This record gives sequence, C-alpha cells and structure tokens, in this order.
Amino acid sequence: MIRRHLPFAAVAVVALVAAPLLLEPFRLGLLAKYLCYAIVALGIGLAWGKGGMLTLGQGVFFGLGGYSMAMYLKLTEAEGGLPDFMVWSGVEELPALWVPFANPVFAMSMAVLGPVILAVVLGTLVFRQRVRGAYFAILTQALAAAMVILLVGQQGLTGGTNGMTNFFELFGQDLAEDSTQRGLYLVVAGVLGVLYLGTRQLVNSRYGRLLVAVRDGEDRVRFLGYDPALVKTVTFAASAGMAGLAGALFVPVVGIISPALLGVVPSLELVVAVAVGGRHVLAGAVLGAVVMGYAKTAFSEQFADGWLYLQGALFILVMTLASKGIAGVAQTVAGRLRSARAT
Amino acid sequence: MTAFLNQLPIGLSIGAVLMLIALGLTFTFGQMGVINMAHGEFIMAGAYTAFLLQDMVLALPAAFLVAGVMGLILERSAIRHFYGRPLDTLLLTWGVSLVLQQLARDLFGAPNVQVPAPAWLSGGVGILPYNRLFIMGLAVAGVVAVWLYLTRTGLGRRTQAVVQNRQLAATSGIDTGRVDMLTFFIGSGLAGVAGVALTLIGPVGPALGTYYIVDAFLVVVAGGLGQLRGAVLAALGLGLLNSYAEFWSDASLAKVIVLAAVIAFLQVRPQGLFVLRSRVLT
Repeated sequence: MIRRHLPFAAVAVVALVAAPLLLEPFRLGLLAKYLCYAIVALGIGLAWGKGGMLTLGQGVFFGLGGYSMAMYLKLTEAEGGLPDFMVWSGVEELPALWVPFANPVFAMSMAVLGPVILAVVLGTLVFRQRVRGAYFAILTQALAAAMVILLVGQQGLTGGTNGMTNFFELFGQDLAEDSTQRGLYLVVAGVLGVLYLGTRQLVNSRYGRLLVAVRDGEDRVRFLGYDPALVKTVTFAASAGMAGLAGALFVPVVGIISPALLGVVPSLELVVAVAVGGRHVLAGAVLGAVVMGYAKTAFSEQFADGWLYLQGALFILVMTLASKGIAGVAQTVAGRLRSARAT
Repeated sequence: MTAFLNQLPIGLSIGAVLMLIALGLTFTFGQMGVINMAHGEFIMAGAYTAFLLQDMVLALPAAFLVAGVMGLILERSAIRHFYGRPLDTLLLTWGVSLVLQQLARDLFGAPNVQVPAPAWLSGGVGILPYNRLFIMGLAVAGVVAVWLYLTRTGLGRRTQAVVQNRQLAATSGIDTGRVDMLTFFIGSGLAGVAGVALTLIGPVGPALGTYYIVDAFLVVVAGGLGQLRGAVLAALGLGLLNSYAEFWSDASLAKVIVLAAVIAFLQVRPQGLFVLRSRVLT
C-alpha cells in the first residue's frame, strides 16, 4: 500500500515544496501553466486512454472554463462599468449573458458546469446513436473549429481574436505579485494532485473496469446488460469538467484567454502530449503535458520555426516507434530489469 | 431575392470543392480506415502548383500528379503500417501535416499569394460567375471520372470489393495493397485538383488546407463511409447550408449551425446517408 503511493508522494513533495523554493518566479509561472495543461491531459488520459474516446475538442471545454473566469475578472475590475474591450468595440450596455458572471460563485461553478453540460448533451446525442471511434473524433474536432469561429465573430461579447487580457486582481490579490503567483501555483498543483488521485481511484473502481471494457468491446458490454452510452457520457463529461477547471485556473496564471489557445491545433497538441507521455497510464498523460509544454517553450525560445518541424517529427516517431509513449518505454525497461533480477 | 440567389453559386461552388476533397477522404477512410489529416496539405500542394505554373490548363493535371504522388509516398512510407488503427493514423498524419505546412512556409513564405485567374474565366452569365461555374464543372468531371473508374474498370471494381469486405477480397486473389496504393493516389490527386479550384476564389497560404479539412470530414461523416453518392449529396448539402447559414445569421454562427445540423442528422442516420450493409457488428 505504502509502496504504491511512494512515487506519487515523492512527486508531490517536489512539486509542492521544492519547486516554489528553487524556481525563479518566471519559471514557476511557466510550470503552473504546464500543470494547467496537465489537468486537461489527465482528462484526455481518462477519456482516450481508458475509455477509447479520442476527443479532439478539449480546447472547447478549456475555453469555456477560461472565458467564465475571464468574464468574472473583467467584471470585478470594471466595478459596475463595462469591460475595456467592450468599450473599444462600441458596446454600450452589458450583455445579458455577462450579468450573472459578476458573481464569483456563479462564474466558478459555470467554469466546470458549462463544459460538463455541453459534454453531456453532445455525449448523449452521439453515444446513444452508437456514433463512435473516428466519427466521434471528427465531431469533436468540428466543435473546436466552430467554437473558435464563433468566439472570433462575436467581438463585442468575447473580445474577438484578441480574447481577454489585462487582468489585475483575483479575490483582492494583486496578480502581478510574486506571492500571488506562488499561491496560484500551489493551488494548480494541489488541484492536479487531488484530481489525479480521484481519477486513479475512479479507474481502479468497478466503474473504471467497465470503462476499459467498453473501450475494448463495446458491443459485448451492451450484451451483458450495461449501458455503454451512459458510461461513456459520464467519462466524457468528467474529462470536460477537468478541462474547464484547468481553463479557469489558466487565466489568472497566464493572464490571457483567446481563441488561439483553444482551437483545433491546441486541442490536438494536448492529445499529442498525452500520446507522447503514454495514453495507457494516467501518470503518462500528466507527464506528457509537462514535458511537451517544457519542450515547446525551450525550443520556441531558440528557434520559433523549428518547433513545428520538431513537433511533427517527434510525433511521427512516437506513433511509429513507441505508440505507448514514455510510460510504455518506462514500463518495458522496468519489466526487463525485474526479469533480469529474477534470473 | 437577388441576394438570396447570389448566394446559390457560392454555396454550390463550396459544395463542389468539398466534393473533390471528400471523394478522396471517404475512400481512404472507408476502404482503409485511415483518417488522413494531411489531406488538407495535398489541397495546399495543388494550390501552390497552380501558383508556380500560373496556367490553369497545365495546373490541373500537374496538381493531380503532385498531390497524388505525395499521397502515394505518405501511404507507402507511413500509413501502410497503421491499417486497422484509425485513431493512430489521425495523429500520425497530423504530424505529417504540421511538417508540410511549415515546409510550405519556408518554401513560399508565410504571407498568402494570389494566383491571377485566367482571362477566359472572368465575367459570367447572369448570377453565375464563370470561375464558380468552372469549379462546379471540375467537381462534376471528378465525380463522373471516379464513378466510371469504380464501375467500368477492373481495378475500380476491385476497389469496390475491398471497400465492401477486405478479407474476402484478399482471399479472392485481389492484391489489396495495390488497390490501397491506387486509391490513395487518386484520392490525394483529387485534393490537389480541389486546391487548384480554390485558387480561383481566394488567396493561397500554407494553412489553406486547414480551412477545409474539418468540413470535408463532416461531409464524410454525413455521407457515409466509402460512399460516392453519400459524399456527393452531403458535400452539396453542407456547402449550401454553409453559405445560406452565413447569409441568414452571420458568418460566425454558420459553422455552429452546420455542426448542429450534422449531429441532428446523425440522430436519424447514425452511419451517414448511405450505409454499406453487412452482418459485421462494428
């Protein structure tokens, strides 16, 4: 029991104690950003790795969470007036959609509930009709594409292409302060840890085994009297909720939310990260998001154009040579070591 | 009323382009279970071929060849090893598509380029501009050619056999590997032709393919896998719906409406417009 939790405890100590002490504020902020992506990746690991649902639209849920948070932040700053970008685009009265987001409880719950509701609606419509596999992947991708066009088009409501930025304070805390950012980092890391433990518990439960069974043989599960559509919808909704929460945390950490952060490409990038880390293991998904986030920053700092080549090439390599990702390689190595010790 | 009618050639020509793109996708998807995200980059390659040649008549066969050969190389070098794992092909080809886009950016520069339309395509009859008529003609020719190929030639009939039942076709002595190669070549080539058609209605950029690939996949989903009729009807339907949704609401809502329509349609026909009937469960 203790042995099983040892790796997690070690990582938690490093993330919660060592990182805030050792990293300079700029790097810590970057790490917080990667951890936000890791929360989304955890959801993808659950839906795709365990449930076999390749969702290419996680950016949409991430965006719903992020925009909920951004709307709340903008409204507190405007102090009863209009957010700055609305003034610029000539909006004269606060749109009805925005009004309830002045309430922090409403905004925070919508950051999670909004994505969950959308996922339940989409999941029910799609999974009930036994639309699955690639069809599902394509529909979620179309959702991401449509969402971006919608956000860009509704300039006065969403800030258009620029999205929303210039956030100054959250719950009375100055966002520019290092201490606030450190606190935010701890919140993000804590949320990720709790969600990881929860998801792992879920996967090891009866429900988790049913989910894997649905992935491997949906029709057989149905013949045994279960409802695969329900299992899949619940899982999809859970992964959407995680993405929404990640989006809400992302906004104060990074200080911007815009359509470019949640379209087809960012959504796919996260799936790529999960594949690189290893989709079959939840920890692999989290690791993949952090590694790919770091790689992206490191390489685009050096040569901006090269990153796309590298990302593409890395991806082709991972898919052809190690389709189980880093986690798969680690498991193989560990297995070899164990058998070497046994003989 | 005139505004309403003016929207018709726009919708029809978008439908025609989608048709050319989706023809290749529906067969690679239906026959081989490959979701080729790099298909969009074959469109882009076709468009840049037209830009380099600056001659519509030469560009059409050249773009077909260029995109077709690119598809062939992709199939032989990578996709071949992934048959039966559609979701993996999706991610693999997305990697390829990233590399190809960046390659185009390095070769031709990031800004869009314009291909001047030939003089004989300017003007029009009534509400129908010649360039849009030409695109519709291209799509009709493409569909007829594919139909003739599938029904009138031996290779085409073998292709249909592989679409219907790969194992049975293989045991009957059909070289499925060769059929796959050819399907990929033709499908990618048609995407190249679609790229040439797109130079008539807009500028050419490295990301050209990404604007159409999502819609083309929706066409495949709505039309049914590996179904020629399905692809044709769904492409026309979605093209028209797209242009009229933009006309009635606004451009930003159109894509949402199209997606909602496709999901609603799948409630009635979960497998798309036409389904290949078989006793296989999944």
